[in-house]
Amino acid sequence: MMEFIPALSGGMIIGLAASLMILVVGRISGISGIAFGALNDWKPWTLLFLLGLITGAASFHLISGVPIPRLEVDNQRLIAGGLLVGIGTKIGAGCTSGHGICGLARLSKRSLVATTVFISFGIFTVYATQHGGSL
Amino acid sequence: MNLVTVLISGVLFGFGLALSGMTDVGKVIGFLDVTGSWDPSLIFVMGGGLLVTTPVFQLLVKQMSRPLLAKEFNIPQRTDVSFDLIIGAATFGVGWGLVGLCPGPAIASLAYMNEDVLLFAVCMVAGLFLGESINRKVFNH
Repeated sequence: MMEFIPALSGGMIIGLAASLMILVVGRISGISGIAFGALNDWKPWTLLFLLGLITGAASFHLISGVPIPRLEVDNQRLIAGGLLVGIGTKIGAGCTSGHGICGLARLSKRSLVATTVFISFGIFTVYATQHGGSL
Repeated sequence: MNLVTVLISGVLFGFGLALSGMTDVGKVIGFLDVTGSWDPSLIFVMGGGLLVTTPVFQLLVKQMSRPLLAKEFNIPQRTDVSFDLIIGAATFGVGWGLVGLCPGPAIASLAYMNEDVLLFAVCMVAGLFLGESINRKVFNH
């Protein structure tokens, strides 16, 4: 019933983080781009941001006592999903954060198209795998 | 680059992802499952984020000639809706729907010390580098 409250407040904290990044250091908080940069260029800021992501998630569960979510997905699906998310966000120049949280705020047409496309294909894939048997 | 700001932003971002439910793959699949038992609550994650970032970009960033502690803004300049953008977004969407993890939550979830998350993250990174070579060989950039 009140499930939108953590989603909304979490979203606003994500928005605050992305705002700090652009206002103070002038960077778009696009996690796929930062993750690629971290391993391609080894720039300290990218590694530090990713370390922050992990620390932030750990702190939330420690402070709130909310149990760690379960993940029950078979290995083939994890491998295929991981590869497709990596390839797709690299070719499509962004993910849920870069296109969704920053690009839409910039009123970027590219980000609006990308966000519409990846959410649609996400919905289609869940429909095909959850209701249509195996994909 | 002001590394303290970067670290604080990263921690806030990861905290927000975990609080919002984006690291809970069951919840994400429920959000994408619009024809099943749809859980629309995650729409508020993007909504809440945009509630903050939209005025920041439209009212503040547009008025500033440079960021507070850096020489220049690093903002994508492309405006063309290209073939690679659409193909890439579609590919990403399929991967997201298969598991329920997008890049931010995948990395934040490494905090859960779960080998399945690690396998996904390693494959995602491999995918980023594969995507980079596809960009060079197929899309010439």
